[in-house]
Amino acid sequence: MEQTRRNEKTTEEVALGIRRRVFEHSIRNNGGYMSQACSAAEQLAWLYNEELNLGAPTLPMIPKPFEGVPHKDNPDYHTGAGYNGPVAPDLDRLFIAPAHYALVAYATLIETGRMAPEGLEMFNKDGSSVEMIGAEHSPGMEVHNGTLGIGLSTAAGLAYGRKLRGDTGNVWVYMSDGEVQEGQTWEAIAACAHHKIDNVKAIMDVNRQQCDGAMDSVMEVGDIGRKMEEFGAKVVWVNAHSIDEMREAVKTPHPGQPLIILANSSPFEGMPTLEERFPRLHYVRFKSEDERARFNIEIAESLGIDPIDYAH
Amino acid sequence: MVEMVSRPYEAAFEKHAMAHDEVLCLSADLTSSCEIDKFRDNHPEKFLSLGMAEQNMMSFAGGLGLAGYRPFLHSFGVFLYRRPYDQLMASIAYPRRKVRLMGFLPGITTPGGMTHQAIEDVSVMRSIPNMTILETGDATEVESICEAADSIDGPVYCRVLRGSVPRLFDTPIKVGEMRELETGNDILIVSSGITTEEAMRASAALKGAGVSVRHLHLNTIKPFDHKTMLDHIASVKGGVITLENHVVDGGIGSLMAETMADAGVGKRLVRLGLKDTYAHGGSRAYLMRYYGLDALALVHGIEDLMGQKFGITEDDLSAARVEAVHSLVKAEGL
Repeated sequence: MEQTRRNEKTTEEVALGIRRRVFEHSIRNNGGYMSQACSAAEQLAWLYNEELNLGAPTLPMIPKPFEGVPHKDNPDYHTGAGYNGPVAPDLDRLFIAPAHYALVAYATLIETGRMAPEGLEMFNKDGSSVEMIGAEHSPGMEVHNGTLGIGLSTAAGLAYGRKLRGDTGNVWVYMSDGEVQEGQTWEAIAACAHHKIDNVKAIMDVNRQQCDGAMDSVMEVGDIGRKMEEFGAKVVWVNAHSIDEMREAVKTPHPGQPLIILANSSPFEGMPTLEERFPRLHYVRFKSEDERARFNIEIAESLGIDPIDYAH
Repeated sequence: MVEMVSRPYEAAFEKHAMAHDEVLCLSADLTSSCEIDKFRDNHPEKFLSLGMAEQNMMSFAGGLGLAGYRPFLHSFGVFLYRRPYDQLMASIAYPRRKVRLMGFLPGITTPGGMTHQAIEDVSVMRSIPNMTILETGDATEVESICEAADSIDGPVYCRVLRGSVPRLFDTPIKVGEMRELETGNDILIVSSGITTEEAMRASAALKGAGVSVRHLHLNTIKPFDHKTMLDHIASVKGGVITLENHVVDGGIGSLMAETMADAGVGKRLVRLGLKDTYAHGGSRAYLMRYYGLDALALVHGIEDLMGQKFGITEDDLSAARVEAVHSLVKAEGL
């Protein structure tokens, strides 16, 4: 059953599906996190469709509305982790550290049969759990990561605890390169190395973009791969759009060290029209109805689909 | 005279940690300063050194909580919230992780000056949803803080005393219960932490001057039993005075102000503590005198509250005995 779910589509098909869903959503809503779909599609598709050892979802295919935050008076509270399957000693866990990739992550859940397409229609709607910046209770999320740089530390703590318990599952973190500007990222790598936490594996979307624009114009971070090695991680560079390279990279032995796969990505892979908006790609909001119409036609063609019939 | 207990936390933590598999000991480069160096040496399998990296330590502890552990974080109180506030919020408080924040050197109990003095920690922690706040005022409370903190279903911040600590009480902390130290009916004194010993000294002198004092000691600051406190307020003829090792904004002075205003109590409230000011480095006794946190300051505050002078001098206060434990008639009263 689980094997069928994971291999219903090829990972390439899942990646294309992610871009199409995020594109359609962004056109209908006059903007969205399209560039993140361009850079991240293969990485998230590979994680969910191949690499992660997850069980079947435990939460309803159509997400429930927001049911309150953690509080002593809210005993039925639960996170959105159930979309990644149950918690079990042999299963993997995944944190989406840049919660701004939520739209892309939700599209991945749909493409891999873990959430119904209706889930995306609830995106950023009042009263919905499918929040714009992924919250703990959002589908596929287990912790809050909207404040960037905290994901790897949380994964390290969880991984250390799981190791103490004798769990065999890994703790995966999906990261973005902007996070290396936060000092906490370096603290986390050092802590992993010092405590030999090697059941943490991360893949980082190195798209060289951040909210203000190109990272080099905001604050240069230098050779992050070399810096990470110096801090004690095992680092492997891959082409973010080559699934084969990711498949190979994850085989790299890393005893006593966390593994960080640095995925060199293009922020407009699959949607070349987006290059016009470089370097302001964090959230692409259309400047006019004309631009929206033109992007609709051009990007639809790039993605091999008909233009979206959206409400004007 | 009062019994002084040396390093009460050290043995208490070891006993508690070794009795509970899920308890882990985390330190941020202040291991001997937080009296867990012996624990580190004796039980390395339960000890994690996380270095001078509190932001990581907070989120790491959140991850340990997610894995079912109850980490005790040891550092100076000030380092557990100022730098890693965002991580405290997102990784610990929001998800209600069972993380125990053991904050040593509360308020002006350190000569380290501004960077080391947690003078607004209670205020910060009170405003964090899901947070519990406990504060130790004597050796018995330090000895029982681990068990009390670990009973909380969620995160808890504790103000912990270290080194040589007086024993004022003979019963452990009961979370949520205030200690009724004096039961008079003229005025109400509310204190917590190290100010309780000062208030005991002051109330002994005040009794000698004919003032009927009601004195409550708080070890649980959040959640707070407003109803019981209102009964105490109603049982005194005069007003209320608070004395805290903290800024007067957001701490127990504010807590009393809110309690009284919410209930429409029209009595006077005098709040003693650091008054919208940082402190500087110095000895505890010097700082308590300089910033008006000691027994003499309390007497002057009560004179203001009652509109009369009692002629109590510094000599009277140093002569005022704080009994060696002190089986208070109703120590765990109410």
